[in-house]
Order: sequence, then C-alpha cells, then structure tokens
Amino acid sequence: MTPLQELVDPGLLAQAAFAVIVVFTFTGALIAVLPRNILYNVLGLILCLTGIAGLFLYLGSPFIALMELLIYVGAICISIVFAIMLSRPLHLSLPKRHLPKVLGAGAVALAVFGVLAIIIFRTPWHAAFVRGNDWSITSIGAYMLTRYSLVFEVMSVVLLVAILGAILITSTGGRRAP
Amino acid sequence: MNSLGTYLFIAAALFVIGVFGLLQRRSLIGMLIAIELMLNGASLNFMAFNRFLGPDPVIGQVYTLFIMGFAAAETAIALSIIIALFRRIRSINIEQARELRG
Repeated sequence: MTPLQELVDPGLLAQAAFAVIVVFTFTGALIAVLPRNILYNVLGLILCLTGIAGLFLYLGSPFIALMELLIYVGAICISIVFAIMLSRPLHLSLPKRHLPKVLGAGAVALAVFGVLAIIIFRTPWHAAFVRGNDWSITSIGAYMLTRYSLVFEVMSVVLLVAILGAILITSTGGRRAP
Repeated sequence: MNSLGTYLFIAAALFVIGVFGLLQRRSLIGMLIAIELMLNGASLNFMAFNRFLGPDPVIGQVYTLFIMGFAAAETAIALSIIIALFRRIRSINIEQARELRG
C-alpha cells in the first residue's frame, strides 16, 4: 500500500470527491440560471459542465468525460462567450425581475421535478440479463464505424449544414449591416 | 455514489434547473445556456443507464457523443440566429422579437 492509502481510506476519499463534484455541479447550474449578468451565467455553466465531466468519470467513461470538456467547455461555452458581446453593456442598470414570471417558472420546475422523482421511485429498474464490460475507446471507435456508421455520417452532415447555415445567416450578403 | 437512483436524481435536478432558467430568462443567450443544462441532464441519464442497466457499455457512450455533436450544431445555429436578430432589433431580449417578417 502506498502511504496515502494507509492514511485515508480510498473508498471514503472517493465518496468525498463525489460529494465535492456534485456540489460543484449544482452550484454551477444555479449560477448559470439565477444571476442576470450573462457573464456569470457562462462561468457558472463552465463550472457545471466540468462537474458533469467528473460525474462521467465516476460512471466509468474517461473518454466521454474528455469529450465533455473538449466539446462543451472548450467549444460551446467559448462560442457563447463570443456572443456575449451582444449582451447589454454591463455597467447599465439591469431591468427589474418580473416576479410572477419567476414564481411561475419555479412552480412549473417543481412540478416537473416531482413527476420525475415519482417516476424514478416507482419504476422497478431491471438490469439487462447479459451485460458486457468492454469500456475501451477502441470498441467505441469500432462501433462508430460499423454499426452506427449511418448515424455517424448523418451527424457529420448535420454539423456541416449547421456550419454553412450559421455562415449564411450571419453574413450580410456583401453589404454592411444597417 | 454507486447507485442508479443518485445519478437519476442529479440528472433530473439538472434538467429541472434548465427548465426553470428557460422559463424565467428573457435574454436569448440565457435561454440557450438553460437548454445546454437540460441537454446535459439528458446525457447524464443516458450514461447512468448505460453504467448500471445497459447490455453493452459502448451504446450509451455513443449516444452521449451524438447528443454532444447535435448540441454543438444547435449552439452554432442558435448563436448565428441571435446575431442576425441583434442586427435587426439591436437587442437580444426575447420580448422585443415580435415580428416574423424578414
């Protein structure tokens, strides 16, 4: 045993790290939703997505955790940061919150959570009879090029169309924007 | 830490926070951020079922990858629409986007 394992029980350490990750995730999610300063929202989203990448590690998939960091934190959040320059100038006073709207949104959210919690509790989850344990990246690549090749191609086409559409929508057709 | 219900509850809470944000925000970028939260709740659900119930560990990971790819496409399109809308009405407040005429 290494000295660290003699000092601290590894299982306990794993649980503590899990709790920290969950706290990070929820703090980030709340920061992403509640403040009205849009920059705080994006920073909260980054915190939340990093926490989710940690949860993917706990779920046994380092590859998906890396992809989460790469695609969500690296690409999506940064492109949102680019769009933030369109938000209102940060030194201006913010508009007032519309209290009935916030209360209504909270009520709807609580109702949805109640329904989901009931579903989670009531459903008897059964594991599949035969369960594979091949978590390697190699098999993911093999599946993407054999069994899921059609979906892979469709996703590539969708991304290409999205890029072209984004360029078309934002281009001003050769003239200056009014 | 090692049970299906924990992860399902975390995913449900993330989804619900996303719903709350989507209904409450007026800024289009804020709504986009809320949609990202909901998508992440969904992919966390996929990964949890994949870890604890699914027959083949590859399938859930492939699905999560697809969700990420489509989220990237969705963000690109949404941001370009927001930029085009901002050019037209000089604002990204959803309540000022009232006309459909191009």
